[in-house]
Amino acid sequence: MTETTVRLPDTTRLVVSSSPHFHEDASVRKIMLVVIAALAPACLAGVWTFGLRALWVLLVCTAACMLVEALCVKLQGRASTLPDGSAALTGLLLGMNLPVTTPTWMCVVGAVMAIGIGKMIYGGLGYNPFNPALVGRVALLMAFPTALTTWVAPLASPLQWAGVDSVTQATPLGTPWAGEQLFSTWELFIGRTGGSLGETCVPALLLGGVLLIALKIIRWQVPVCFIGTVAVITGIAHLAAPEQVAPPLLHIMSGGLILGAFFMATDMVTTPLGRMGAVIFGVGCGVITAVIRLWGSYPEGVSFSILIMNAFTPLIDRYTAGKPFGVISHPGREVKL
Amino acid sequence: MTKKHLHFYGGVHPQESKTASGAAIVSAPLLATYVVPLQQHIGVPAKPVVAKGDKVLRGQLIGEPGGFISAAIHAPTSGTVKEIATCLGPAGNQLPAVILESDGDDLAAEPMPALDWPNASPDELKKRIAEAGIVGMGGAAFPSVVKLSPPPNKTIDTLILNGVECEPCLTADHRLMLEKPEQVITGARITARVLGVKRVIIAIEENKPDAVALLQEKAAGTEVEVRSLRVRYPQGAEKQLIYALTGRKVPSGGLPMDVGCVVQNVGTASAICEAVCEGKPLYERVTTVTGSPLVAPGNWRFRVGTPYAEAIKLAGGVKVDPVKIISGGPMMGMAVYSLDIPIMKNCSGILLLAADEVRQYESSPCIRCGRCNDTCPMGMMPGILSVQIEKERFELAEQWHVLDCIECGCCAYGCPAGRPLVQLMRRAKGEVMAARKAKAAKKA
Repeated sequence: MTETTVRLPDTTRLVVSSSPHFHEDASVRKIMLVVIAALAPACLAGVWTFGLRALWVLLVCTAACMLVEALCVKLQGRASTLPDGSAALTGLLLGMNLPVTTPTWMCVVGAVMAIGIGKMIYGGLGYNPFNPALVGRVALLMAFPTALTTWVAPLASPLQWAGVDSVTQATPLGTPWAGEQLFSTWELFIGRTGGSLGETCVPALLLGGVLLIALKIIRWQVPVCFIGTVAVITGIAHLAAPEQVAPPLLHIMSGGLILGAFFMATDMVTTPLGRMGAVIFGVGCGVITAVIRLWGSYPEGVSFSILIMNAFTPLIDRYTAGKPFGVISHPGREVKL
Repeated sequence: MTKKHLHFYGGVHPQESKTASGAAIVSAPLLATYVVPLQQHIGVPAKPVVAKGDKVLRGQLIGEPGGFISAAIHAPTSGTVKEIATCLGPAGNQLPAVILESDGDDLAAEPMPALDWPNASPDELKKRIAEAGIVGMGGAAFPSVVKLSPPPNKTIDTLILNGVECEPCLTADHRLMLEKPEQVITGARITARVLGVKRVIIAIEENKPDAVALLQEKAAGTEVEVRSLRVRYPQGAEKQLIYALTGRKVPSGGLPMDVGCVVQNVGTASAICEAVCEGKPLYERVTTVTGSPLVAPGNWRFRVGTPYAEAIKLAGGVKVDPVKIISGGPMMGMAVYSLDIPIMKNCSGILLLAADEVRQYESSPCIRCGRCNDTCPMGMMPGILSVQIEKERFELAEQWHVLDCIECGCCAYGCPAGRPLVQLMRRAKGEVMAARKAKAAKKA
């Protein structure tokens, strides 16, 4: 082996950095894009149920959220955060939580509330204590209660445009329970009922939710505990008063429970970190949702329950933080050899 | 025999990339010059006992321990001391060093007499381990004799030999176990005799079944037990390994001896065997030189003081320019910027990474995904902790046991926000230690 043929590395181009030098191929952008992909079936189902205007609402909300974020970031003099995909995701979720007939300008107001007040005012992604999409939706619900609770019936064809002349329909939860179901279980399941445009189709939501669990982006404990708690409480109430309280299956499949449990109570930034925290968070959301639905003045409580539990997240994190490995929980107890 | 505790908490499974595992150990040819650092260990540098112009022989003492936590340094070959100077170490710091010009004859000094270890007293054996300059060869380079001298109030009942080699890419320990199994086992038994323990476990990850089988065969009939562990980084970290094998948890801030264990690398055991049975001091070691940019990755027995450039030449040089050169493995090794750095007693590998293997990224705020919580083998919350450290809340970090961080890098490995979690932990550890020192100084 002659010396001349051996090539040595060019040391002027070496990078010096702290370990580890291997990284998993993970990024915030990737996570957000996967969640958006997981929401796609439910969005399509929304368009199929409520017509092309559903697509319009989704597009307006998404575009408006991205625009507001771009504007805020510019005002703050920071680099663009749009590529991380979180603004688009918030917009999509906001749209899915609105009735198909929400006026366009109202969607924009919702986006300003969601991104401006819900997220950027705290410093942007990672710092917001409350779920931005829900901040947007609840702000609209408070400000424009009529528009936000006017539900059109599913359209005959997805190509129709839902408007003021569309047939309105009460939601399964909005109708006082009179001992019998307004909708068949099948209608409830596939989402041929009134409701926010992205929340009605159970199989489409489950498909996305299961994908997120399989990819370990969300913890299964949250939806299971959330939905399970609602089922248990409404089930007990239904058994106690079958004339006044709808059966648990109706509670599970109507309103925003599935959407909220899989996609919003699992938002990374605003929910607890650990497994135990996820259980507490899910149960808490379930209790609040059931209480609002059964005894509150609103027919639906998923948004409120998640926002309220968001406020408890730091506390939950503090009290569920385990002891590091080797920190002795019982001082004085000697290690047995 | 209980097999219950073959898992530790958390951890990750990076791509193993052990491409050099089939390459037999080759002795590196003699060089014209060796740069032998006088500090190849944790603790005080060794004091040079040679001067410029002195003739030395291979294995001759050139640096004597500079304190209690220190180690002797020996000449890697015969030749002339060109000068006592400094050299660049892998951490980027300057180390005192003896520059040795080889005479090409490689004449050995009179070896220390071989000891009949089964009948030698523990003190005799310990003295030899100190004289041979043996340090932990897994990476930390802690002087072995100190580790093998637990205070009298600590009872040691288990010796664990670490052949896990959980760092991706590295294969030096694997090859050593395959090619020198008797040395490894004898070294383990000598160490067990020093410590007076009856229970000796050699731990190997199950991705090295050939080593497990061979050592099991060679250890048959002795007190040495060979155990195969699942592949999971950082299985080879002391505390994790002890837990996986014995179910004992080393207390926070404590040492393995607090739970009756001593953990030693297989390379160290082999060096102890050579020192005791052949009287050979520690002046060479097996190092993996690997990475996709290299023409011919492999495992070599290098003399201490071989510059990295010579090691890379032996591996055929590079096909493409690497972006990183790492001393050690990819998870905990140190990135270096010079090829003049010499191989030291603790250098288990030289790893070259090409541009497509290294992720360069912008770091963004924590999105609280919780991955670092799930993978931290110490059960800490690196993400939340890092946010507090950024705010320089070091007292809080101390309360949250930041000093327990073993810097394994599992958190940063999987962080989607690309946060510099390990750096932040190191920063906090440094600040906490400094604060403790200042407090102690104030008191005194």
